[in-house]
Amino acid sequence: MTVETAETKPLSIGDIRSSIASGESKANAIAEASFEKIEARDPQIHAYLSVNRERALEQASRIDDLAAKGESLPVLAGVPVGIKDVLTIEGLPATAGSKILEGWRAPYTATAVQKLEAAGAVVLGKLNCDEFAMGSSNENSAYGPVHNPYALDRVPGGSSGGSAAAVAAGMAVATLGTDTGGSIRQPASFCGVVGILPTYGRVSRYGLIAFASSLDRVGPFTASVRDAATVLGVIAGHDPQDATSSPLPVPDYTADLDKGVAGLKLGIPSEYFAEGLDPEVRAAVERSIDQLRSAGATVKPISLPHSRYAIPTYYVIATAEASANLARFDGVRYGFRAKDANTLSSMYRRSRDLGFGAEVKRRIMLGTYALSAGYYDAYYKKAQQVRRLLTEDFLKAFAEVDAILTPTAPTPAFKLGEKVDDPVSMYLADIYTVTASLAGICGLSVPCGKSSEGLPIGLQILGKHFDEAMMLRVAQTVEALQS
Amino acid sequence: MSESGSVSLDDVRRVAELASLELTVEEETRMLRDLNAILGHVAQLNEVDTSSVLPMAQASEMIGDGQTATVLRPDATKPSLDREHVMACAPETDGTFFKVPKVIER
Repeated sequence: MTVETAETKPLSIGDIRSSIASGESKANAIAEASFEKIEARDPQIHAYLSVNRERALEQASRIDDLAAKGESLPVLAGVPVGIKDVLTIEGLPATAGSKILEGWRAPYTATAVQKLEAAGAVVLGKLNCDEFAMGSSNENSAYGPVHNPYALDRVPGGSSGGSAAAVAAGMAVATLGTDTGGSIRQPASFCGVVGILPTYGRVSRYGLIAFASSLDRVGPFTASVRDAATVLGVIAGHDPQDATSSPLPVPDYTADLDKGVAGLKLGIPSEYFAEGLDPEVRAAVERSIDQLRSAGATVKPISLPHSRYAIPTYYVIATAEASANLARFDGVRYGFRAKDANTLSSMYRRSRDLGFGAEVKRRIMLGTYALSAGYYDAYYKKAQQVRRLLTEDFLKAFAEVDAILTPTAPTPAFKLGEKVDDPVSMYLADIYTVTASLAGICGLSVPCGKSSEGLPIGLQILGKHFDEAMMLRVAQTVEALQS
Repeated sequence: MSESGSVSLDDVRRVAELASLELTVEEETRMLRDLNAILGHVAQLNEVDTSSVLPMAQASEMIGDGQTATVLRPDATKPSLDREHVMACAPETDGTFFKVPKVIER
């Protein structure tokens, strides 16, 4: 069942740019090779929901023209990328993995995608995901699940499963995903790639189909830490179109990568190594921690006591925000409308019932319940209060440590179908990732080993608000110590 | 917070109405089971004393660098999305307005 994932070392962003600049290769040929790989592998993996060859080859030709004229190439020149289907590109489909957006074409392009394209990236297509980014296994996509490239009978993680699997299978060099409760980090862990959750406000959300606005973030997937740092540097920055985007300047995230970890203080929260953690995941993460200690870091036990309430806090806040955000899908403005309704209110209800899948309805119901008269204080306000306590835990910890290390997920990739009938057990797949989502801090997942069955295991590194450079520096050391 | 396992079928129907969802009988049964399971898990929040804790709505409230607090944009008019583009994505329009089924019965 295993598909060979790395028969050749994956191309790096730097290699692509320099080989095009030197005339050794052409952006056009690199794009064509990517489409060939998609044709060969994607029938088994199902990472792409749509590809656009013509548009991609046009972008590649522009890069080849620049190179032919001897002009300097932009940082992502000729890099084949894929975009999670919750981010819009003008004129192209954006299904959000939902039937309710089937046939819809976006009237404008998301800022993060604009920035990638302005930096010379070649967009191959749109990537599969859980419907409206709601899920931890990609099984909630209305277009069928993504299969993990390491074991086709296993999930790739979610919700950005297509984004993680495409990089893992060499069907893109970099991809964009989104993370609301773990949707970048958990699939990165399951598929053995690097995935970054930037600080809230670091990357514009303009053009991201909203799930939970106070939690949603856009971030990159790549095969290496250096490439992830490069892509983050391209997509980060202030955007007047997103009122929550930060005006802080964007540093060069690659500048400090090779500084090592000597003298750094790394916090290990005991709550993230408790019951429910798979022994092989624990062993891989602890081995990484030992290696960092040997490389000169000081490892310090810390406590994040409110983390144990993160899942219920998250599921109240995220669903409450989702119930408001998804009210716009009513059969009037986008894509799908139920045919057989003859009054306005029945058209709304029929369109939503036929257009949304089971998990999306479940979350809309939960969020609507939590916000409804008589329950608001007990659920929504209570969750917002616990969110503050949980965030204060992190602020206290970061007064003493430079970064925090945890497993990304409690287990390696689980089997397709294993958790579909039990929403609570599915939600627990995000137990180590939702805390950073609630606190607004940055985080990433970097591969740190494999299980005895050959399944990838990820180490989660969490950083202070806007201190992506620090967590990337630690991640680079982890990656270097692996090989 | 109400007791765990306290959502009734009537609650499910009331909330579905508020959310503009039309659930089938099978969907209602499953929703009742799932909501009770999830709210049972959420009931853990009752263990936390939040009597003197302010709610947190946004991460920016917690970042004390003075630069990331919400900055209001200048109130200036600028072009919005092109009407033709937006109308092209809708199920039914007359080119100027979105069309919907009859709202008022006579």
